[in-house]
Amino acid sequence: MELDEIDLQLLKELQRDCSRSASSFVDQIGLSQPAIWRRIKRFYEEGIISGKRLVLDTEKVGFSVTVFVGIKLARKGQIRVEDFEQAVTAIPEVQTVEHVLGVYDYRIRIVARDISDFERILRRRIMTLPGAGEIEANVLLSEEKRQGPL
Amino acid sequence: MKKNSLSDLDSRILRIYQSDPDIQMAKLASTAGTTPAVLSRRLVRLRQNGQILAKEAIINWRLLGYKVEVSLRVTLDKTHHMAFDNFMSEARKIVEVIEIQTFLGKVDVRLLLIAKDMDDYQRVYRERILHLPHILEIEPLMHISRVRNSEVLPV
Repeated sequence: MELDEIDLQLLKELQRDCSRSASSFVDQIGLSQPAIWRRIKRFYEEGIISGKRLVLDTEKVGFSVTVFVGIKLARKGQIRVEDFEQAVTAIPEVQTVEHVLGVYDYRIRIVARDISDFERILRRRIMTLPGAGEIEANVLLSEEKRQGPL
Repeated sequence: MKKNSLSDLDSRILRIYQSDPDIQMAKLASTAGTTPAVLSRRLVRLRQNGQILAKEAIINWRLLGYKVEVSLRVTLDKTHHMAFDNFMSEARKIVEVIEIQTFLGKVDVRLLLIAKDMDDYQRVYRERILHLPHILEIEPLMHISRVRNSEVLPV
């Protein structure tokens, strides 16, 4: 994937705010509006930008607790990974499910209204997942997304 | 209205808008059961209250050649009172670190690291990560796949 300096600069800006129009970059970048528009269009067409995300303030929309839960699948008996994955993705409070290699098999991100809401989710939904073995929970205190190597 | 609570209409708007950030405003209004004028006022208020923060483009790092993704779970030496601050400010200087999270629990900090391949990962790990201050223990989790990735909030 060939990207020049201008592409990288555009990507950095769009990573922060992708609602900006091509014309808003004209002064900053020094290219014409159509030239910028073509570059942005290419990012979406080639999948360099794979999607958009509406960023909400988790706390201000009512979710004061975010917890990452590491889950090890129980090794006893037959466990179908598909059953586990299907069940875990059906829980609305589960935002992300990552299959990992290391001390845990899955790493999931859960949002809850408060600690007692989290306890309810953990007991009723997470601990009862088919095949779930050892569980570790870490409460998120702060989070920073960085720009990455652009 | 309580500061951190949303009206039913706000919740509907955010639910639809989160799942389709590209939706046309007219369609968002009709799907949420309101008029474009009311919708636009609500969105202005949600932004002013800091409930909507931004709309970001998601970069496909894999397509840009970063094929390896590793979570590094770090335990810090908390006997040093500046351990967190020192560690975080040094970690921010590593461009391959795309997420920094701090926790209450068994793990103190998690870094999400991307690299081009295993050699590149080894290089960043040895030359940068291992030099970060106040580390007691590092535990890597190699990402295999994302089963679900919607940072959509169930508002």
